[in-house]
Amino acid sequence: MSSSRKFPLSTIPIYVLLVIGAGVMILPFLWMISTSLKGQGSMFDYPPRLIPRPVQWDNYYRAWTTLPVGLAYLNSLKIALLVTAGSLLTSSMAGYAFAKMKFLAKQPLFVVLLMTMMIPGQVTLIPMFMWFSQINWVDTHWPLILPPILSNAFGVFLLRQFMAAIPNELEDAGKIDGLNPWQSYWKIMLPNCKPALAALGIFTFMGNWNNFLTPLIYLNDQNKFTLPLIISSFKGLYTTDWPLLMAASCISLVPVLIVYLFAQRYFIEGITLSGLKG
Amino acid sequence: MSTLTRRRLKDNAWAYLFIAPQMLGLILFIVGPVLFAFGISFMRWDIGTSPVWIGFANYSKQMTDPVFWKVLRNTGLFALLHIPLTVVGSLALALLLNRNLRGKMIFRAVYFTPVVTSAVAVALVWTWLYNPNYGLINSALSSVGIQGPGWLTDMNWALPSIVIMTVWQALGYNMILFLAGLQGVPSHLYEAAKIDGASSWQRLLKITLPMISPTTFFVVIMLLIGSMQVFSEPYMMTRGGPADATNVVVLHIFNTAFQFFRMGEASAISFILFVIILVITLIQFKFSKWVNYDV
Repeated sequence: MSSSRKFPLSTIPIYVLLVIGAGVMILPFLWMISTSLKGQGSMFDYPPRLIPRPVQWDNYYRAWTTLPVGLAYLNSLKIALLVTAGSLLTSSMAGYAFAKMKFLAKQPLFVVLLMTMMIPGQVTLIPMFMWFSQINWVDTHWPLILPPILSNAFGVFLLRQFMAAIPNELEDAGKIDGLNPWQSYWKIMLPNCKPALAALGIFTFMGNWNNFLTPLIYLNDQNKFTLPLIISSFKGLYTTDWPLLMAASCISLVPVLIVYLFAQRYFIEGITLSGLKG
Repeated sequence: MSTLTRRRLKDNAWAYLFIAPQMLGLILFIVGPVLFAFGISFMRWDIGTSPVWIGFANYSKQMTDPVFWKVLRNTGLFALLHIPLTVVGSLALALLLNRNLRGKMIFRAVYFTPVVTSAVAVALVWTWLYNPNYGLINSALSSVGIQGPGWLTDMNWALPSIVIMTVWQALGYNMILFLAGLQGVPSHLYEAAKIDGASSWQRLLKITLPMISPTTFFVVIMLLIGSMQVFSEPYMMTRGGPADATNVVVLHIFNTAFQFFRMGEASAISFILFVIILVITLIQFKFSKWVNYDV
């Protein structure tokens, strides 16, 4: 960045616009934090105060204890981590085969895979629900874990594109050393795909962490709920207790925001990679 | 068997091993369910009863169902508001940030923040912002003497209110895509235009917009597919109300299947959604002459 540059006067209007925009982006979060620290009474103060008086930390305790928020954290973490690890593995394997190997019916299979990306998830939702209720998977985490691990056409496509651009010479050297295809995939290809894997990993994790529709359909037992589902239950149960609702939102958002703060470069680079090569 | 064919067999075996998990998933979780959904879309299948073949009745019923037309209209209206606002807003942000500015990285990070937050939590925060009596927005409006509407409870304001929130959340992501597109415009084009005396407005219209058209095309397609599938926000904020004013296709599918347990009918609606998305995407590709790919 241009750290030593002077401030030209002409940039002032740009800064004004940028600062107003930044305010609009941040204000909802500040308002959330502010309300989460207010008492039921001061919540209705007019004009509204950004810094609450008195500060009411009790809302966080109430939010944490009225519904199993801690468990929801663990459930969401478990699901998102398993799906991310699993789908990175299976989609990089398939991506490798489609990028570097010759095999029967390769083109038609790849075309079918691409075509499935056009199908909206709502089409498969109902048959999958009926099928999973037959095998007693309703109210378990399996429907949230297994399908996204084994069907990630976008991931396969992204990694295939990335791997196809890696020169074959890298692998040829390994083949001379007698590596079999698995070793060559694991030891040579994967280490060279780190940027693509990181990008795909971040988006798979975020997508599953924030996923709402499938948990809403499959889970009934509060102890199995994911974080978005717990937040949604708060709204259903405590419709007007806004300090409590905002404390719950805050609890669910702040860890994500902290991770983002430290890793924002990867988030943003990931989009450029997956968006434009995809 | 010659060594060559044996070698080829072995190569095939390895390749199939590599694609096996994803292909299994493709069959079990995509192709199978899609065929199954297509089958049950011709049946009356309420949970707890046995399926009855009823031909096209689930489809023809939709044609005369006012709720179906209402949710189609709402979804279309959502897309019609959400897409232009997001494209113009995120392109404007990208243009502002696409220069050597002090603190550029900070602004970029700030604009991106809503993208990483969950739609459910954000919808809850905005429901509070929109609160007609004590919400921040109406409090701010009344301090300048304006009586704000009941954002989420007013028939005319509910859908636009949801749009405003979703635009707020989508800006950062698309801004990053546009920034990447802008970075790809060769600077010699601008220099040449400057020598020819083109104003900055002319440079935007004649160079920037045509050169980033592939990005714009990609952004519009993705926003369109996303808009057709909007669910969490209306579910959280209004449950489709008031009086179906924010009821959208996916929410309607959800209600039909999981509130009224009419699985056959819900499958039929999901196929209609599929066809609509497919047709709109194909039309977009057909009319993509304005997209300039020879960079």
